[in-house]
Amino acid sequence: MPAVAETLDTVQSVTEGTYKWGFSTDIEMDFAPKGLNEDIVRFISAKKNEPQWLLDWRLKAYATWLKMDEPTWPSVKYPKIDFQDAYYYAAPKVKSGPKSLDEVDPELLKTYAKLGIPLKEQAILAGVEGAGDSPSEGGRMPIAVDAVFDSVSVATSYKARLAKDGIIFCAISEAVHEYPELVRQYLGSVVPQGDNYYAALNSAVFTDGSFVYIPKGVRCPMELSTYFRINAKSTGQFERTLIIADEGAVVSYLEGCTAPMRDENQLHAAVVELVAMDDAQIKYSTVQNWYPGDAEGRGGIYNFVTKRAQCRGARSKVSWTQVETGSAITWKYPSCVLLGDDSVGEFYSVAITNNHQQADTGTKMIHVGKRTTSTIVSKGISAGKGQNTYRGLVRVAPSASGARNHTQCDSLLIGDQCGAHTVPYIENRNMTAKVEHEATTSRIAEDQLFYCRQRGLSEEDAVGLIVNGFCREVLKELPMEFAVEAQKLLQISLEGSVG
Amino acid sequence: MLKIEGLTAEVEGKPILKGIDLEVPDGEIHAIMGPNGSGKSTLSYVLAGRDGYEVTGGTAHFNGVDLLGLEPEERAAIGVFLAFQYPVELPGVGNANFLRTALNAQRRARGEGELDAMQFLKAARARLKELQMSEEMLKRGVNVGFSGGEKKRNEVLQMALLRPKLAILDETDSGLDIDALKIVADGVNALRAPEFSSLVITHYQRLLDYIVPDRVHVLMAGRIVKSGGPELAKELEATGYASVQAAA
Ligand SMILES: Nc1ncnc2c1ncn2[C@@H]1O[C@H](COP(=O)(O)OP(=O)(O)OP(=O)(O)O)[C@@H](O)[C@H]1O
Ligand SMILES: [Mg+2]
Repeated sequence: MPAVAETLDTVQSVTEGTYKWGFSTDIEMDFAPKGLNEDIVRFISAKKNEPQWLLDWRLKAYATWLKMDEPTWPSVKYPKIDFQDAYYYAAPKVKSGPKSLDEVDPELLKTYAKLGIPLKEQAILAGVEGAGDSPSEGGRMPIAVDAVFDSVSVATSYKARLAKDGIIFCAISEAVHEYPELVRQYLGSVVPQGDNYYAALNSAVFTDGSFVYIPKGVRCPMELSTYFRINAKSTGQFERTLIIADEGAVVSYLEGCTAPMRDENQLHAAVVELVAMDDAQIKYSTVQNWYPGDAEGRGGIYNFVTKRAQCRGARSKVSWTQVETGSAITWKYPSCVLLGDDSVGEFYSVAITNNHQQADTGTKMIHVGKRTTSTIVSKGISAGKGQNTYRGLVRVAPSASGARNHTQCDSLLIGDQCGAHTVPYIENRNMTAKVEHEATTSRIAEDQLFYCRQRGLSEEDAVGLIVNGFCREVLKELPMEFAVEAQKLLQISLEGSVG
Repeated sequence: MLKIEGLTAEVEGKPILKGIDLEVPDGEIHAIMGPNGSGKSTLSYVLAGRDGYEVTGGTAHFNGVDLLGLEPEERAAIGVFLAFQYPVELPGVGNANFLRTALNAQRRARGEGELDAMQFLKAARARLKELQMSEEMLKRGVNVGFSGGEKKRNEVLQMALLRPKLAILDETDSGLDIDALKIVADGVNALRAPEFSSLVITHYQRLLDYIVPDRVHVLMAGRIVKSGGPELAKELEATGYASVQAAA
């Protein structure tokens, strides 16, 4: 054990009498004790019955994390996080499958209702026996949902339909057992363990997340979707998602999340890795509405996420679309490494900060292959005392002849106590590349509000309409159903921001 | 009926309206004329409830309802419509979406059922046809990239769809070509009904050839200094405001 870890353990055992658990024998319990040390990492791994290679991988990540420092460069302020004061493993109590929705925890159903999930899908999510066997009614495209409640995937749906095409969509903990060679090959291949402080932490203690593999030439017949929720007190969330689109494969993945009210700040540090081979296309859409804290800024989620895609193949394409309305602090830069010739990276983002929310978000587009192109459209909205920073990097390697980037960064201010900041970094090392950056800042004008109100809209509806108009270029990139949800969200998150 | 009594208002501490008395009975259309800066737009904003236009005295009632006590959207819901002298641009907001949201907000406020997308489109198409406007108008962003004349036409389209009970048109004729002028006039005339009244603010007699007013009022320096029948507008065109001023 490294010296630092040893010291931590000693401190831990002194301050907490109950510290010494026999983890190997006590994996029946639902919570690991508070705090982080090598034994906790072992506990998580044992709990999931993981193979030795993965435990070793986690321990290596943990050792790396211990040697790293928390990043201080983002434009966000928050009290120092006490990593020993959080739980790193929590699971909902699992009985064998309920027979109907009547047997499902009503609290869970309430959350589903708030999320607007149709009854049929609620049943699937809650693991009601037999609920996933027939396609959903109404003729619309079904959405396969992999729900992550706290750290354990509770249900995976529409599996049979996907399996017909050879598509794998399951919890990553399941994939570790069912498809170990795939997981081993790709895990950490896009975001290395030591990439950054939070990625290292995630690699050590990740509990669950989604795994997707689309075989060669297969176009996924439905949107794949994950709903996240945080519900246990002081539970750090460490999702790990891995999506691989093999040659010519096409997939659209939706990620949406919500969290109920709470008083303590919660750390969330997810890692998402995407791999696109020749001619493959991945569209990854996120609507993030975690609890942002109350009007005074108390109690919101800290969201430190590492999302990265590798366009490994020629003509591959990855598109990130995100609508970020929640969290007290958002630190997130979905990125594309464009390795394959003619590969394409896109980033469409809406980030809202209201009250005391802080967001430092943007993207990195790394051009390596020839004629690679990237598009960045970022819409930042600040209201109340919100602070919104766009931080973007466009790097063109010497090898990336004919690379193209276009960046459009627009900020909208509501009120006079908020802030918008744009920090674009451009590193162009190829003479034939073309990199363009445009930025604007505007306010919702009084005459726009009055015009809308004169036509009968309430002030809040007017703000919602104007904001949705401002975000249109991004919202239109979202899959239809998600776009509707996102529009509602934008409006809800700006409630009380004017007047 | 619109009934304004002793209305005074200021903007940024500067008195603009200095005691307006005006009655527009149901079914009537009144024109307001007056020199630049006399307070015509200010009167329309005060009636519509714009922030910053502060009422310092007097009253304004519409069908017995105290207008000045209502929020702008509440005034809209009881049928007050203002066609803006300078229509506002809403980037990224589709005209159809804007119109439907507005119409449904008003209907909701009045306890009427909302129109779904298809019902709305049907209604919108009918109005477009009456006003000889192309359907393109619905697809574009609200007033974004519209020519001056197109913006004014868009105001008339909105009026036609929202079917107000009191329409205040602030220089809707300015900047219109002669064909468009007729269309605007048709738009107003189509609404003529026993329970509809209108205040038409204009600088030109020409519009009043198409929208024949029941009364014409002259607003100068925040007061109505003269009122008369349609012939007053013709008189003014011939003699200008100086003669009115001298007489007042
Ligand atoms: N927001 C404002 N701030 C300062 N002064 C204002 C404001 N709005 C109006 N005023 C002043 O009030 C007076 C009346 O303006 P108003 O726009 O009502 O005139 P009008 O009769 O509509 O003129 P026009 O024929 O040119 O449209 C003018 O002196 C104008 O400068
Ligand atoms: Mg005016």
